[in-house]
Amino acid sequence: MMEALVSVESILDKWNNEDASLISILLDIQSECNYLPKEALITVADRLNIPLIQVYSVATFYKVFSLKPRGKNIINVCVGTACHVRGGQRIVDEVKRKLNIDVGETTEDKLFTLETVRCLGCCALGPVVVIGNTYYSYVTQKMVGTILNKYKKSKNT
Amino acid sequence: MNMRFPGICEFESLCGKIRESKKDESSELCLIVSSGTCGQAKGSLAVIDALEKSLKKHNLDKKVDIRITGCHGFCQVEPIVIVNPKNIFYQSVKPEDAKEIVSETIINKKVIDRLLYVDPKTGKKIKHEKDIPFYQKQVRALLANNVLIDPTKIEDYIGIKGYAALCEVLKTMKAEEVIYEVKKSGLRGRGGAGFPTGLKWEFCRKAKGDVKYIVCNADEGDPGAYMNRSLLEGNPHSVLEGMLIGAYAIGSSEGFIYVRHEYPLAVKNVKIAITQMEEYGLLGKGILGTDFNFDIEVITGAGAFVCGEETALIASIEGKKGEPRQRPPFPAQKGIWRKPTNINNVETWANIPLIINKGAEWFSEIGTAKSKGTKIFSLVGKINNTGLVEVPMGITLREMVYDIGGGIPNDKKFKAVQTGGPSGGCIPEEFLDTTVDYESLEALGSIMGSGGMVVMDEDTCMVDTAKYFLEFLQEESCGKCLTCREGIERLLEILNRITEGTGKEQDIELLKELGELVKDTSMCGLGQTAPNPLLSTIKYFKDEYMAHIRDKKCTAGICRALVEYFIIADKCTGCGACMKVCPEEAILGEKKKSYIIDQSKCIKCGICFETCKFDAVVKR
Repeated sequence: MMEALVSVESILDKWNNEDASLISILLDIQSECNYLPKEALITVADRLNIPLIQVYSVATFYKVFSLKPRGKNIINVCVGTACHVRGGQRIVDEVKRKLNIDVGETTEDKLFTLETVRCLGCCALGPVVVIGNTYYSYVTQKMVGTILNKYKKSKNT
Repeated sequence: MNMRFPGICEFESLCGKIRESKKDESSELCLIVSSGTCGQAKGSLAVIDALEKSLKKHNLDKKVDIRITGCHGFCQVEPIVIVNPKNIFYQSVKPEDAKEIVSETIINKKVIDRLLYVDPKTGKKIKHEKDIPFYQKQVRALLANNVLIDPTKIEDYIGIKGYAALCEVLKTMKAEEVIYEVKKSGLRGRGGAGFPTGLKWEFCRKAKGDVKYIVCNADEGDPGAYMNRSLLEGNPHSVLEGMLIGAYAIGSSEGFIYVRHEYPLAVKNVKIAITQMEEYGLLGKGILGTDFNFDIEVITGAGAFVCGEETALIASIEGKKGEPRQRPPFPAQKGIWRKPTNINNVETWANIPLIINKGAEWFSEIGTAKSKGTKIFSLVGKINNTGLVEVPMGITLREMVYDIGGGIPNDKKFKAVQTGGPSGGCIPEEFLDTTVDYESLEALGSIMGSGGMVVMDEDTCMVDTAKYFLEFLQEESCGKCLTCREGIERLLEILNRITEGTGKEQDIELLKELGELVKDTSMCGLGQTAPNPLLSTIKYFKDEYMAHIRDKKCTAGICRALVEYFIIADKCTGCGACMKVCPEEAILGEKKKSYIIDQSKCIKCGICFETCKFDAVVKR
């Protein structure tokens, strides 16, 4: 945690401790820590000299932010309109069933977090699933297990 | 590197040299690879890597250029490789094709037949992009440039007359003259509302205040629309040049580009472009030796659809949560930090250099009486040719769906086309001959929006579609207005009831009444348009609602509670594939005999339906 707080300080310095840059600061913290730790939000409020509630309201308003620790692999299933008409919701359901978690939740082994996104702009490839930087296109329910297994295996090796 | 120019003439002379050196480029050997986000998602980076290795192996890496471009629009057949100078169009290229492209097409000057596009209607192989039906009815004033340039090279942009419009403006035009030209062109906002751009600029120019801001709205939130991403990824300088011209006309010295978090490549390319502009002295103080100052900051959004709304966007730029506020005062009067602010969409900005270069008359000759120019749409969903299409305003929906889009896949029947995203509506077949312009689409209960065009076929349930958009809007409503916050939730409750088979006939009237109420009493565009998908589907597809309510049937087979899966014994080969994938062990039977589905265990996930190769599993 100490390490995380040190990086929060340097992120705040990078943005000149300006409250107008609050969203950018939180984005940077999240990409560093994988989520927004409570201590980090307190530090941000303190350094920007704004009420903690203001930081909290921004952190909870925008969909990108997570206040809970997230898994090693973040699964993003696209549920944009084009993916939806091609069965995107069924893919979400299949991942939910396979991992036994709901959208926004993390598996117990901290290997996966399931999130949905409304359109990645790859509508020709729908339904699309993104894990890390890898895009999976034309995903079917049957493919879900195979895709997930790749990440389960990499854990063991 | 810093190469600030003392004056416009010096910059123009360098531009002249760059253009001269690029004049013969089209006759030189070059491999053009489309590598926007969808190209990359389909493996364009591996293709580029393989091409580089192949060229090196043949000692051609110094002789043959690889131009890595943004999206060409025809996403369906990505990655695309065009071999110049002969303009040979290869589609769906894989890394293993690279060797052959180099040895056959580059060295032996032969066309590789199997990589050509095949016209599904005639079965004929097509060699050049311009002959492919998908491109033929398009007028690609903006998108065609994506093919010509590497978006990370400012010299490429200058090569295609980039920054010529800026020089022209700074040298010969007064601010008012620029505004007059934009007004005369008839350009209207491409973000959705269609407000005349020149007029908007004039309001901001005339507003009192020493500091004024301009903003490029790239918070493209409509699911199913990605033309802004493509422009920013593929030709960021065109947007930035437009902003410079706008800033000059409005009298602003500071601008923002607000980009969606979900578009990392767009953010990257815009940032590269801004650094190059700084090196060339196209940003900062005393641009090209004039007394015009301008700086641009890139701001990344954090996932909030409502931030596409102007006043919410302003709040977000100020670092607050993106809640809209009452207008007036309009942003042109009081925007960011309560200073006059002008916000335009990416595509609007990208049109500005074209209007200056080619003239307002050229622009206003394209389109209809009230909707001028071209518009980029993302043609997606149940359509053969998915992609970004740029068409003249006034084209019909039918031409878009059938001539450009190539119709519906698998011989399915067309049901509707959804335009305008969550604020738009669904248009049925009987109105396919409607022209695409702001007024005509609005008359049908839809809107032009930012350009999403989602095609739906007989397997799409319209009640589910309405539910989909309301779920989206319920999540994205900022919660400030009661009617939007609670109203959408109640609408959704009723729709859920209908899709679960417990709807009542009175529900239709209730939905209409509540929908109108949400429209009339919400403060911002989100709430005011939220019921559009619902009301338009009730208007055009009432039968489908009634089938759900009265007969407890979802004819498209989408609404889970109303669908049952069955196995047709005659068609079942007893292969057992369905039984293996069923997560609930609801499929019973023995191998080589036919299987049956135990309805009490079936959770209707549909995986058996998806898996069966013999069409033995059916929905009813």
